[in-house]
Amino acid sequence: MYGFEALTFNIHGGYLEAIVRGHRSGLLTAADYNNLCQCETLDDIKMHLTATEYGPYLQNEPSPLHTTTIVEKCTLKLVDEYKHMLCQATEPLSTFLEYCTYGHMIDNVVLIVTGTLHERDVQELLEKCHPLGMFDSIATLAVAQNMRELYRLVLVDTPLAPYFSECITSEDLDDMNIEIMRNTLYKAYLEDFYRFCQKLGGATAEIMSDLLAFEADRRAVNITINSIGTELTRDDRRKLYSNFGLLYPYGHEELAVCEDLDQVRGVMEKYPPYQSIFSRLSYGESQLLDKAFYEEEVKRLCLSFEQQFHYAVFFAYMRLREQEIRNLMWISECVAQNQKSRVHDSVVFIF
Amino acid sequence: MVLEKMEMFLDNLQPMDLMRSEKMSFVQLIIPAESAHRAISYLGELGLLQFRDLNADKSPFQRTFVNQVKRCGEMSRKLRFFKDQINKAGLLSSAHPVIEPDVELEELEIQLGEHENELIEMNSNSEKLQQSYNELLEFKMVLQKAVGFLVSSNSHAVAEETELNENVYSNDDYGETTSLLEQELRSVPSNQSGLRFISGIIPRSKVVRFERMLFRATRGNMLFNQAPADEEIMDPVSTEMVEKTVFVVFFSGEQARTKILKICEAFGANCYPVPEDVTKQRQITREVLSRLSELEATLDAGIRHRNKALASIGYQLTKWMNMVKREKAVYDTLNMLNFDVTKKCLVGEGWCPSFAKAQIQETLQRATFDSNSQVGIIFHVMDALESPPTYFRTNRFTNAFQEIVDAYGVARYEEANPAVYTVVTFPFLFAVMFGDWGHGICLLMGALILIARESKLSSQKLGSFMEMLFGGRYVLLLMALFSIYCGLIYNEFFSVPFHIFGGSAYKCRDTTCSDAHIAGLMKYRDPYPFGVDPSWRGSRSELPFLNSLKMKMSILLGVAQMNLGIILSYFNARFFGNSLDIRYQFVPQIIFLNCLFGYLSLLIIIKWCSGSQADLYHVMIYMFLSPTDDLGENQLFWGQRPLQILLLLLALIAVPWMLLPKPFILKKLHTERFQGRTYGILGTSEMDLDMEPGSARSHHDDFNFSEVFVHQMIHSIEFVLGAVSNTASYLRLWALSLAHSELSTVFYEKVLLLAWGYDNIIIRLVGLAVFAFATAFILLMMETLSAFLHALRLHWVEFQNKFYHGDGYKFKPFSFASITEDDD
Repeated sequence: MYGFEALTFNIHGGYLEAIVRGHRSGLLTAADYNNLCQCETLDDIKMHLTATEYGPYLQNEPSPLHTTTIVEKCTLKLVDEYKHMLCQATEPLSTFLEYCTYGHMIDNVVLIVTGTLHERDVQELLEKCHPLGMFDSIATLAVAQNMRELYRLVLVDTPLAPYFSECITSEDLDDMNIEIMRNTLYKAYLEDFYRFCQKLGGATAEIMSDLLAFEADRRAVNITINSIGTELTRDDRRKLYSNFGLLYPYGHEELAVCEDLDQVRGVMEKYPPYQSIFSRLSYGESQLLDKAFYEEEVKRLCLSFEQQFHYAVFFAYMRLREQEIRNLMWISECVAQNQKSRVHDSVVFIF
Repeated sequence: MVLEKMEMFLDNLQPMDLMRSEKMSFVQLIIPAESAHRAISYLGELGLLQFRDLNADKSPFQRTFVNQVKRCGEMSRKLRFFKDQINKAGLLSSAHPVIEPDVELEELEIQLGEHENELIEMNSNSEKLQQSYNELLEFKMVLQKAVGFLVSSNSHAVAEETELNENVYSNDDYGETTSLLEQELRSVPSNQSGLRFISGIIPRSKVVRFERMLFRATRGNMLFNQAPADEEIMDPVSTEMVEKTVFVVFFSGEQARTKILKICEAFGANCYPVPEDVTKQRQITREVLSRLSELEATLDAGIRHRNKALASIGYQLTKWMNMVKREKAVYDTLNMLNFDVTKKCLVGEGWCPSFAKAQIQETLQRATFDSNSQVGIIFHVMDALESPPTYFRTNRFTNAFQEIVDAYGVARYEEANPAVYTVVTFPFLFAVMFGDWGHGICLLMGALILIARESKLSSQKLGSFMEMLFGGRYVLLLMALFSIYCGLIYNEFFSVPFHIFGGSAYKCRDTTCSDAHIAGLMKYRDPYPFGVDPSWRGSRSELPFLNSLKMKMSILLGVAQMNLGIILSYFNARFFGNSLDIRYQFVPQIIFLNCLFGYLSLLIIIKWCSGSQADLYHVMIYMFLSPTDDLGENQLFWGQRPLQILLLLLALIAVPWMLLPKPFILKKLHTERFQGRTYGILGTSEMDLDMEPGSARSHHDDFNFSEVFVHQMIHSIEFVLGAVSNTASYLRLWALSLAHSELSTVFYEKVLLLAWGYDNIIIRLVGLAVFAFATAFILLMMETLSAFLHALRLHWVEFQNKFYHGDGYKFKPFSFASITEDDD
């Protein structure tokens, strides 16, 4: 019942929406980032962060800090918040919240499979996994030799199973196949998430379809750029694009035939929302593209908080927090490696 | 003449302690760097100076003493680690303050570092030991259980050993499971030579998934046996006890083996090799057992050693924690100070109560002396632009009442403090609603218990509810005393009237009315000397009588309290030298209120004294509707009609009086000030600041007539409407009091008396219990709470809105005492 969420939304979603908005106000502000960028050592960063909501998570860390510790603890906070929200959530919000983590799950699967391919220690790989994308039998991924086994042994129990059905081949796993698998999974996931949000209807569908479309388009651009110069055929490339979003379908046809970055740019500049992103880049430059996309994403995520009575705030909050953790990681790395001049290269201010 | 005398009298009044907040001075300290730390810590002990943050624009790590703050943070982290360890070890950090010489911070830092290293080393040692202990323990269990499975699988292959085996599991308790498994095994056409097994142990929660995974990985070509382990094993990370399950997997083929091993690794299952040979098994079991007992002894010794170390830390933990907290506070305060140009002195600014200047001076001198500094600390008073903080010196009695007022808003600097009157009026208004001397005595006992155990309770940590109760113990005491007083007036003891002050003034006209108080009572002697005559109780006119009494009383109390509020606004205006407020706000307000409701109060008193039958509603309503009409039988005194007309006219005049003149006069003053002397702005602004701090500045920064006028209009309308609605609001005194007495009557009559009517001890006891619970929970707790809240509202809204601004901010001195209280 679009437009009438105000009547019933708060029965089940009101408490959690309040919680998530409270969490949002705990995000670091531009002033915080300015202070953080001036830090000289990791201890300074810790000291500043202990004055924020990260305080309880960092205050008991002994002094020679590492970037990984900071990131780990900050992620732990996000995970704790997510788990709390998930515990409190009822249907369909709980499913929605679960959907938000499938992306991490895909990344983790790919990480472990790639890792075992390169004969890394499983425990070591597990530590690198994003805690939001953990599932019970994740460690057993290492047992699988090919995709079919991967599916039959492990993934059939996870929510990723339906996505996987599209990419089952009995080929052996190699880097290329894994990357294709990642993108196929992601495509299936985004489409499924998109359908789910459409089913929810109302403001959730409206806002989420916008956010997901942006995500799909960004992936399409990234796939295109990354596959330039590889043996991936045009049809294969075309198959990896998600079947929705602003670029779908005509943009995809054009992206599929792109041979260099400037062609991609030519395609993207036809779409007004992406015009501004690409117009900021000089020709032939792709490093800043990521940051530009992140900035645009953050802007859109922040906007979703302007409307009430919908689930997109949960998605947006988690994304924003992840962006914040990425920022913290970048700042800490810059500080730790004495590269303070580069500190602003990749930090995306949220407010 | 009279006015002048009044003024004289008022000027000569002794200043009341709590009436106005303490005079504050804005002071500047210039402290030589070498004595800064000592000076600040002495000031922290004194706790009478509130520092201003002079480095507000700097982020925390850009400040001067950031390293010290960091070190303190690090030390408190170590201390938290110790505390955590002590709690984990199950020791109580003893609160005995061991008197030892104060250690220096540097020394303490080193000590803490040593202790930490020691602890970490011990922990890692014991962790290693614990791990090998766990492994052995698991091995032992695997041996115990797996032997059973293996034995059965071997049984039909090696016939000679069968007897032996049977001996083995007759010793074992697992005969049953093994025999079942035996049957299963027999049905499997196993190739003895190709059949291999892996045995191990896994947390019980993972067993099902583990088995499923194994099944899938080997495509069903395996046999999974499991048995729960007897003992729980401690998880070294979370130090929780985990239930585990022993398993044995039979399979064939090398590929399956690698797969299974990988899965075991992925699930965190520990595999242990169990030899198939029985003699070897026994041998290994013996070895494992002996090593286990050795390890156990070592572990115990280690734990004892560690506990001893922890206990020795525990003795001083609280002291250290306090010390580190203090040090951190000192450095945080030092960070608020500025370095002067020469970088040799620290400059600090802050507020202190004027009476404390000498004390602070003396403390600073002591600090200079103790730190052997050549240069003294300069301490002088400065002018401040912002308005000073509000500081009331309260004691444990007045504190709770001050808190009640502060919960509404902290008083503006030096404005009249309603807490002075709240001390009496609050418990009294509460008691008007809660009047019952039985309930009052219960409250009194509660309050007395809290007060008697004051010293004990104040030192320990209480729950939030108990803490609230304890904090308000003196409020509770006064509330109880006033309840007893009001209860005596209402003559109610758990709703039962008593003949305390002699006999009733009424008696039966004849013998027919013997059964009760229905009718036929007549007055035969002087009125009952104190409070309500007990004979009203249960009579037909009980409610009308009590209602009329309590309603009128509520109005009297309300009008009196509101008048007090308005009079306090006079004292405020006088104190701040604001004659405008007196003339155009206080005077019309007091006229308006008293012309209408003051007159009503007067009528009530005359009616009580004269015993007239006049209808006061009628009088009041027709005073507005047709003031010129004849009052008829409702006339209470001669000249009432002209008086009413006069009062009405006065009230009508008072409204524009409080609305119009003040904004226009303000405007005139403003234009005069700026047209006459174009260059005079600087001088006047400072002079005015001295005269009326806070309020003055807003006027001349930018005078906006429409804003002032709207503001005044809102104020006037609020007052005029408020006069009516606030008076009506005081009727809650009557309503709550009625509710309370009716409720207690119901419990008394419908529960206690009803139950007493039966000649059955059980029913009586049940009735008594129900009555007791209802009294305790509904009347003593809920009713107390509701009466408390209503009294609170009457004070915050009806009383304080007449004069109280409440937009000040509290004086928060830098004090060690408050720091140590905070975090505990």
